Amino acid sequence: MTEITSSSAAALAGLISSKKASSVEITTAFLDRLEKLNPKTNSYLYFNRENSLAQAKRADQQLADGTAVSPLHGVPIAVKDNLTTTDAPTTAGSKILEGWVPQYDATVVRKLREASMPILGKTNLDEFAMGSSTEFSAYGPSKNPWDLSRIPGGSGGGSSSAIAGHLAPLAIGSDTGGSIRFPAAMTGSVGAKPTYGAVSRYGLIALASSLDQIGPVTNSVMDAAMLQDVIGGHDPHDSTSLPNSLGSMVQSVKKADVKGLKVGVVKQLSSDGFQPGVKTCFDDTIEKLAAAGAEIIEVDCPSFEYAVAAYYLILPAEASSNLAKFDSVRFGLRVTPDGNPTIENVMAATREQGFGPEVKRRIILGTYALSSGYYDAYYGSAQKVRTLIQQDLARAFTQADVLLTPTAPTTAFKIGEKVNDPLAMYLNDIATIPANLAGIPGISVPNGLASEDGLPSGVQILAPAMQDGQMYRVASIVEKLYVDQWGASLIARVPDLEAL
Amino acid sequence: MAKEQLMSYEDAIERFEVVIGLEVHVELNTVSKMFCGCANNFGSEPNTNVCPTCLGLPGSLPAVNRKAVESSIAIGLALDCQIASNGRFARKNYFYPDLAKNFQTSQFDEPIAFEGEISIELETGEVFMVPIERAHMEEDAGKLTHVGGATGRIQGAEYSLVDYNRAGVPLVEIVTKPIYGALDKAPELAATYVRAIRDIVKSMNVSDAKMERGNVRCDANVSLREKGAEKLGTRTETKNVNSLKSIENTVRYEIQRQAFILAAGGKIIQETRHWHEDRGHTSAGRPKSDADDYRYFPEPDLVPVQPSEEWIEEIRLTLTEKPSVRRKRLQNDWGFADLEFRDVLNSDLLDEIEATVAAGASPQSARKWWTGELARLANVQEVAVQDLPITPEQVASIQKLIDSGELTDRIARDVVAGVLAGEGEPAEVIESRGLKIVTDEGALIAAIDKALASQPDVMEKIRDGKLQAAGAVIGAVMQEMRGQADASRVRALILERAK
Repeated sequence: MTEITSSSAAALAGLISSKKASSVEITTAFLDRLEKLNPKTNSYLYFNRENSLAQAKRADQQLADGTAVSPLHGVPIAVKDNLTTTDAPTTAGSKILEGWVPQYDATVVRKLREASMPILGKTNLDEFAMGSSTEFSAYGPSKNPWDLSRIPGGSGGGSSSAIAGHLAPLAIGSDTGGSIRFPAAMTGSVGAKPTYGAVSRYGLIALASSLDQIGPVTNSVMDAAMLQDVIGGHDPHDSTSLPNSLGSMVQSVKKADVKGLKVGVVKQLSSDGFQPGVKTCFDDTIEKLAAAGAEIIEVDCPSFEYAVAAYYLILPAEASSNLAKFDSVRFGLRVTPDGNPTIENVMAATREQGFGPEVKRRIILGTYALSSGYYDAYYGSAQKVRTLIQQDLARAFTQADVLLTPTAPTTAFKIGEKVNDPLAMYLNDIATIPANLAGIPGISVPNGLASEDGLPSGVQILAPAMQDGQMYRVASIVEKLYVDQWGASLIARVPDLEAL
Repeated sequence: MAKEQLMSYEDAIERFEVVIGLEVHVELNTVSKMFCGCANNFGSEPNTNVCPTCLGLPGSLPAVNRKAVESSIAIGLALDCQIASNGRFARKNYFYPDLAKNFQTSQFDEPIAFEGEISIELETGEVFMVPIERAHMEEDAGKLTHVGGATGRIQGAEYSLVDYNRAGVPLVEIVTKPIYGALDKAPELAATYVRAIRDIVKSMNVSDAKMERGNVRCDANVSLREKGAEKLGTRTETKNVNSLKSIENTVRYEIQRQAFILAAGGKIIQETRHWHEDRGHTSAGRPKSDADDYRYFPEPDLVPVQPSEEWIEEIRLTLTEKPSVRRKRLQNDWGFADLEFRDVLNSDLLDEIEATVAAGASPQSARKWWTGELARLANVQEVAVQDLPITPEQVASIQKLIDSGELTDRIARDVVAGVLAGEGEPAEVIESRGLKIVTDEGALIAAIDKALASQPDVMEKIRDGKLQAAGAVIGAVMQEMRGQADASRVRALILERAK
């Protein structure tokens, strides 16, 4: 590992703007490393040295001609493969899109290009972001750099393993029920899901439209804040994007101060069901915050009990409709069955072969939940739960500025351990799902290593809708507690991938 | 397919009560599509007005066209509907290759306009209030062309082509409540209602309103029940009927077809049907039941449309005169007999005649031009009279020349032919074709004298009171003047010379 590949994005941006290193040098360092080590982690589904370097060269030329166009000018980035890119195939982790090169760039990708950030490649994910381990990727699971026999979390395990393995200084993820935050917790990285609508979803291959949100996966809270400042903002292509700017996240991080902070601990997410080492790390953080002067308040969110159940009705319902367009007519895979194929059986054969088991499971669930006669009992009830959860959170935020929970109930599990047990898999997201149902921002920050297995655990910070700045501020405080104690961030302790 | 057996219309009406329900789709004439910036343009090369959104590419998202919402609200207001303060879009899920996303973005339980009514006057003067259940916004699908096979339908086709130019074109669907009590007038009421809707959207200029292009199309629901029965009978829905005559014929046919089945103790199958104007009957499409499950749910990619009171009132102020009111006013102003006026309505020439009158022609002369010579020429050229390349202003200017005696009716027809042939404005045609009437009396008298010289007995006959003898001289003079003389003036001059 070179000094470059172990640096934070903020530090790399500093090297570039002060012309101590070029974007080409930095991009080359990451390309060298990922070309060598990606076979170990399977973080990237696609990368193209020539293309990335051409972008880096342009960034350097711009800088030579004038000034940096963004605070992250020249810093390379990995993009989850469910965002459309005109210069790279986009698969969403599915066979049904194998080889498809989109005709347009996602708004976030366009913003990265406008910020002169070279794209290193497209990262692995569970098929259509359905999963929490990447084991449902049609292109094989990604591996956790802390232990290659373990999952890196999902669905954004490609991005999280790329960050933890130092195969990218920054990555883009998408979070529908925890797909940014859970992988961040599993790999000791930082992952933020902004307020719903803070970042345009245009060009994000939809899983569940009312829950999906794009966000940063990084080595540090400051890097995440810098990246959200680049990708956020209103987009006329996305009607659900917020009309007004949420302000600068970087400025919020810089103002980090624990004084007067009221921290809520959710009763329903701080007792049973957590791995003891994870719970210990969490309790330790709360104690440290109290010692630093924060007021700790227990808040009651009784409806959280139904969050997972409601989520697994709303998500499949929306997904079943969003995934209907994959029919072989206009793009992607086309399977023509023998005999005299009609359009119906070409569509059916394509979907039969092109979709994996988890996708089919959720399409069937969602189709059922929306069917006439069942709609009220399933989709209708789930929407009511969603309202109750929003009310629980609104009440909690009258008592506390932010809420803290462990990000995940366990540390990273072994590849294969839960793949045949959908319910066990779904419970990984028990603490992350409420934020998606309520549209509020949430971030996972490294929270130490669990004593029983020495693997990373994460702490989640939730803030009220549109108070992403508050979330970053507190995340920065929590991060600092550890850096102060250990002298470095948790990610510095990740084993040397080259030796694994 | 063999024609089904029918009961005579009179017997069917005698025995059953007819209930109809009409769904009219109006294609809006907005510049861009409902949910993207692509041109809403009829007749472009296939698949040229497309983008990621209307092609339903992965990752694309819709954004609502404000102008389309405005037009929808205007239609709702014109139908005396209430306007929703929270109009939500919904997804109607079904697979079909012309439907890019395999769901249609439509409105379900929260339409933009609801609970309206419209009064429809039949030929007899009888007035029906047709209750409107709702008017909602939705997007059109692409256009399929089935190649090979005998029927031009998807069944049996070798392959099918899809043109997504129409995908995402904004539609307003206007749905009536069940219409009772029209009795034998049900077919006429259906057609008159659709005409009224078409006239409204045309007069408001929210749609091109050309039925032959599918800008306005109707699904006609028909059911029968025994007289006195409370329960509604099973209905059929005949889809996409796109002319007024076809609507009337469809409803009449379905009444007769269903009556025959019911009278024979049979059951009506709930299904969609297709009307074949050329063969004069409907045929079964796909079975349709109320259990047809479109799995509607609120469109999560769009925020609800929440028109403010102020905006609705602004739109209300832009509403034009109701077509029914306008028709009454014009008939009155023009003094047309009922029969004359019906002729104008039936040939859909109200706008043209109004504009011609506005340009200075008398109402009767304007009517004669449009329903007479121009209609005849359009018929010969097999185009709609409205599509002839002549403007109401040009017609009025030609008529003025007739009124001032500068053109005869016959020469005026030549001028019209010249305008239609693209030879320019009437004045240019007159100039280039040399059609100006000869008013120089010296030239006329010279021609008369020449003709009289070759027919010396004519003068004698006229003096004897045989005035018809002048005809031969008039003919000779007109020939000499190559038709460009006013025959009545020539006649007067001959008679003068005979004195």
